[in-house]
Amino acid sequence: MPGALVVLGVLVPLVYLFIRAFSAEPSELVDILWRWRNLELLYNTVLLTAGVVLATSAIAFPLAWLTTRSDLKGKRLVTLLGVLPLAVPGYVMAYVLLASTGSYGTLEHLFGIDIARISGFWGSLIALTLYTFPYLFLNLRSAMAGLDPGLEESARSLGYNARQTFLRVVLPQLRPGFYAGALLVGLHVIGDFGVVSLMRFETFSYALYLQYASAFDRIYAAWLALMLLALTAGLLLMEARLLRNVVFHRTGSGTQRTNVPARLGAWRYAAYAFVALLLLASVVIPVTTVGYWMSQAVDMQPWGRLGEALWASVSASGPAALLCATLALPLAYLSVRHPSTTSRGLERVAYLGYATPPLAFALAIVFFSLQAASLLYQSLVLLIIAYTFHFLAEAIGPVRSALYQAPPRVEEAARVLGRSPLGAFFSATFPLLRRGLLVSVAFVFLSAMKELPITFLLSPIGFETLALGVWSFTNEALFGAAAPYALTLIIFSAAFVGLLLLREDR
Amino acid sequence: MYRFLALPVALLLILTACDTGSEDLVIYSGRGQALVGTIIDQFEEETGLSVGVRYGDTAQLAVALAEEGDRTRADLFWAQDAGALGSVHAAGMLAELPDSILQQVDAAYANEAGTWVATSGRARTLVYAPSRVDTTDLPQSIFDLTDPAYEGRVGWAPTNGSFQSHLTAMRRVVGDDSTRAWIRAMKDAGAKTYPRNSAIVQAVANGDVDFGLANHYYLYNFTSEDPNFPGAQTFFAPGDAGNLVNVAGVGVMRTSERVDAAHKFISFLLSPEIQRYIVEEIFEYPVVAGVEAGTAAIDPEELEGLQPALDLDDLRDLEETLSMLRDEGLL
Repeated sequence: MPGALVVLGVLVPLVYLFIRAFSAEPSELVDILWRWRNLELLYNTVLLTAGVVLATSAIAFPLAWLTTRSDLKGKRLVTLLGVLPLAVPGYVMAYVLLASTGSYGTLEHLFGIDIARISGFWGSLIALTLYTFPYLFLNLRSAMAGLDPGLEESARSLGYNARQTFLRVVLPQLRPGFYAGALLVGLHVIGDFGVVSLMRFETFSYALYLQYASAFDRIYAAWLALMLLALTAGLLLMEARLLRNVVFHRTGSGTQRTNVPARLGAWRYAAYAFVALLLLASVVIPVTTVGYWMSQAVDMQPWGRLGEALWASVSASGPAALLCATLALPLAYLSVRHPSTTSRGLERVAYLGYATPPLAFALAIVFFSLQAASLLYQSLVLLIIAYTFHFLAEAIGPVRSALYQAPPRVEEAARVLGRSPLGAFFSATFPLLRRGLLVSVAFVFLSAMKELPITFLLSPIGFETLALGVWSFTNEALFGAAAPYALTLIIFSAAFVGLLLLREDR
Repeated sequence: MYRFLALPVALLLILTACDTGSEDLVIYSGRGQALVGTIIDQFEEETGLSVGVRYGDTAQLAVALAEEGDRTRADLFWAQDAGALGSVHAAGMLAELPDSILQQVDAAYANEAGTWVATSGRARTLVYAPSRVDTTDLPQSIFDLTDPAYEGRVGWAPTNGSFQSHLTAMRRVVGDDSTRAWIRAMKDAGAKTYPRNSAIVQAVANGDVDFGLANHYYLYNFTSEDPNFPGAQTFFAPGDAGNLVNVAGVGVMRTSERVDAAHKFISFLLSPEIQRYIVEEIFEYPVVAGVEAGTAAIDPEELEGLQPALDLDDLRDLEETLSMLRDEGLL
């Protein structure tokens, strides 16, 4: 049943796009499809996606290793700080980069540092990397934390040196986590609009929004969305191929031992410097810049309004995050434990929903809900449902990675001892998935808190979220007035994720 | 499994029950809450009507309206620019306004069919950085900006609605061929592209560019928060195609069943009190006669004689403008 729901929720937008795309005249179609510009957009999109995946890997691998396998002090704090950037909305990150560089930027103001303005490809790359690396970091971290030290010890005892062990034993085991994280990062980049538009780098999604925004043209926009989805489908096929027939759970008996942390020695200082630098760029600079805006503000927003906006954001994002985790569980379970074309396909479908550009996704929901369920239109419920189907993919990865490492034997044992299939699952496997589920909830919650186009078009009339507040003021260049909304958004999200992750170790 | 789903489902049901939809008037506003929230609050206070507002990007709301069609719940569409109103009008979704409203504004500030009226004017200006520019030798025409002297120094926003309206007006004033030639020459002269007006003004201040084509009020937004903001602006010579007053405007949806309240709201926007608020707080130009400048940063009278003769209705013809921009690879 959850499977059917997902297919419905995700395919609706697809059907919509096809309807719109094929309402073009045939002669127009040729014109639309054979544009030189499409190739240019493709090149830019692929370049940026590859760049961001590389850059986030370079950050996430060392960070994940440091927080799970080393004797670094304050690992829990570092982990929390490594997740914080997710709370910074992309458009805010881009604004911050733009506003802090250049000859009249904040850096110049506060410290007299005048560096050239960052924009275009590098600007997009930096901004996107700085707030998407946690997707990869958390996925890798779950994977590394769940590794069985026994395997590595066996490898060492069989003659591999430390480097060989890492390359041939550890790395391959991290594949599901890495793919899940990289896929999220990649899809996020492909679908991102906020950053690339501010940085002036033309990708598919940028062109798509321009089309809706300046030409009121739903046909070319639909085609662009379909091309973008074709690109996504390619990525998904690639991932599916890479993950074929893999077994990562323990097969031995007994419980897993905890890992012995590696000694860092003098490298400790390098590690702290790395963490500090990362933190500075991804959290401290954005927050201080926003704080600086706030201090420059002429008049302040009433606090009551801020509280209402916060409640609105939470009342939509919270239920969506729970629903996503609830739906992700059976989907991931099916695809890992009963791999078949259908179960894999179901899971992939969720990723298509994630990659459908939010604006097109929202318009599709407008179109169908008015046809089929007009009572729901512009209700909070519909908004939550839309968030759920759009962000479901973010919830699947962490659960799936956790499932790969949960041995099916425990569940089988519970069955043999007389539990029902569901009972066995909940008593044996479910506890092992808690870490993954918490990460899922955190991902979706953070994304939904920041989401703009879907919120714009589907929220109830008069519904004002924090993200809408940020947008509304920055759009009029009233950065001072936008700052309290942005700070509340960042601080609240961070606090929420902090609480979730603290539970993890209980 | 079903027990597991029960909690979220119950939550959803409770939330549905809490949803209410009891507004007397629903407005789709492409004008941000930051700008017009106070006006709407005041309208509610004075009339006792409750107003539901959906804020959003003007263009996105126009597309959403097209998608909603006859089922839309909007009574009014308040847009940031004439182009979006034109597209909703072209889809046959706007109702004719009564004479009592149309007569309140100058004929130039309503469309020909009388389905929408302007609520304020927004002038196009040339923003510049006084520290890097010879202020005694500012360009007199928008066509001067293609000279080699300005190479790589000008910022523009080809994807922005205000800019596109400006181009459409330019086509009326100097003709399609000259406009196309100007776009090409600007591109060849290395004009830098920005997504929006505020970004242009910021780029001028940041030293990215020395000049920028923007709407007049963005600079005021920056200078009101930061008096030392290093930017200034100017109009071109009187009658030059570079001077244009674009409008924000409002229309009533054909499907609206609350027409009286909608008309009341439009009249409210056109009242001297609100027009004065728009001049003094949003720094835009009034559309009704007799509104004094007061302490405003702008003087409505300085506009007179600047703009070449133009019918606002002509701004509807966006299609050809867009195809020009597309041909030049700017869109």
